[in-house]
Amino acid sequence: MAQAHVSNTKRIWIVFGILSVITLVEVYLGIIKPDALHLSGPGTSWLNWIFIILTLGKAYGIAWVFMHLEGENKWFRRAIVWSGVFLVSYLVTLLLIEGGYISDILSPLVRW
Amino acid sequence: MEANTAVPMEEKGKWDGGGPKPFASSYGKMMMWFFILSDALTFSGFLAAYGLTRFKFIDSWPIADEVFTHVPFVHGEFPMIYVAIMTFILIFSSVTMVLAVDAGHQMKKSKVTWYMFITIIGGIVFVGSQAWEWNTFINGTYGAVKTTEGKVLQFVKNGKQIALADFVTEPRTDGRIQHTRKNGLWFESEGAIPNYSVAQVLQAYNANSDIQVRSEYIDSGEKQKTILSREEGSASLLQVKNVVEGANLQANEYGKTSFSNFFFFITGFHGFHVVSGIIINIIIFFNVILGIYEKRGNYEMVEKVGLYWHFVDLVWVFVFTFFYLV
Repeated sequence: MAQAHVSNTKRIWIVFGILSVITLVEVYLGIIKPDALHLSGPGTSWLNWIFIILTLGKAYGIAWVFMHLEGENKWFRRAIVWSGVFLVSYLVTLLLIEGGYISDILSPLVRW
Repeated sequence: MEANTAVPMEEKGKWDGGGPKPFASSYGKMMMWFFILSDALTFSGFLAAYGLTRFKFIDSWPIADEVFTHVPFVHGEFPMIYVAIMTFILIFSSVTMVLAVDAGHQMKKSKVTWYMFITIIGGIVFVGSQAWEWNTFINGTYGAVKTTEGKVLQFVKNGKQIALADFVTEPRTDGRIQHTRKNGLWFESEGAIPNYSVAQVLQAYNANSDIQVRSEYIDSGEKQKTILSREEGSASLLQVKNVVEGANLQANEYGKTSFSNFFFFITGFHGFHVVSGIIINIIIFFNVILGIYEKRGNYEMVEKVGLYWHFVDLVWVFVFTFFYLV
């Protein structure tokens, strides 16, 4: 609560504007799905990478400004963010590799 | 004497015991953060499980913007629009929440009251939208048939999906009627039976040469579901077991049943968080009106419930991406 008595109203509205613009870009891309982005890309499509990066950007805006992580004690912030980021990326990596493996084994057995 | 005192006397009588604050943060706020961390791990467990299942069926998973295409009061197909509106509602109510917290820092009671009020309204509108989305999803749009192997076959005309009601015209011939407690054996009722029988659908398919069958299989080049030729369609329809209308935990006209299971579970769990957030917000709202925080000298409770509310928004941002966009 470093700036406890200073009003941050203007900054809040700016962040709201940024979050809205990001959402609009996501929705626009999600509707038109340009072939160049949708049909190629490393691992998954370029479009999916854009969505994931924009989402992480939104999450950063919400956590840092709205949830006021920026004003918290440095190691308190790290205790929360590092723990979450490490555990989530670990879990997601393992499960997605496993899902891909199951697909490799299973899908040749399915006749379409 | 001073050396024996564990807790400074002036802090005594406070509910959190006072004393030194770890991380320069109050006990309540710190614990709210650790709760949020654990809840975030729960949600990421669900979303990661969704990811696993989706990767497992990567060649036949339902395409989300073919599933969620409806907007209330408007006819036609508008993929993404409705869920984008819901996202805006939630982000906006997050903004009014943070404005309430900001007003609380300046001890402006009436401003806090109004911002809390708008936040609660936003939350209620979001939950109502979610209920509408569920209702639309459960009732379904087009109807489909399911084979003995559990594959879902949909019908298309000129490349666009067509509802069973639009081409099945002959009357039902199997004499099947809904079992109710009144006319059923042993006074047992049954789940709703589909509007059309399998025989009716097959007859209609054979009678309309412009109708084609669409399989769940995704063409990896086009990233679209494959449409079968008339002959392949007839062959695949021979294996049809039942008609599916709408979605529930056992069947799903949009494709894989696990898609609807994950949809109900993840958005349901998120909706449950929103509902509990609204209830906590209402409690805090009345406390603000009663002047409890004014008397206490700080509005930290508003800040704590605000953290929870933002977290609900944060989760929705990820659900939005991984359920509707990716």
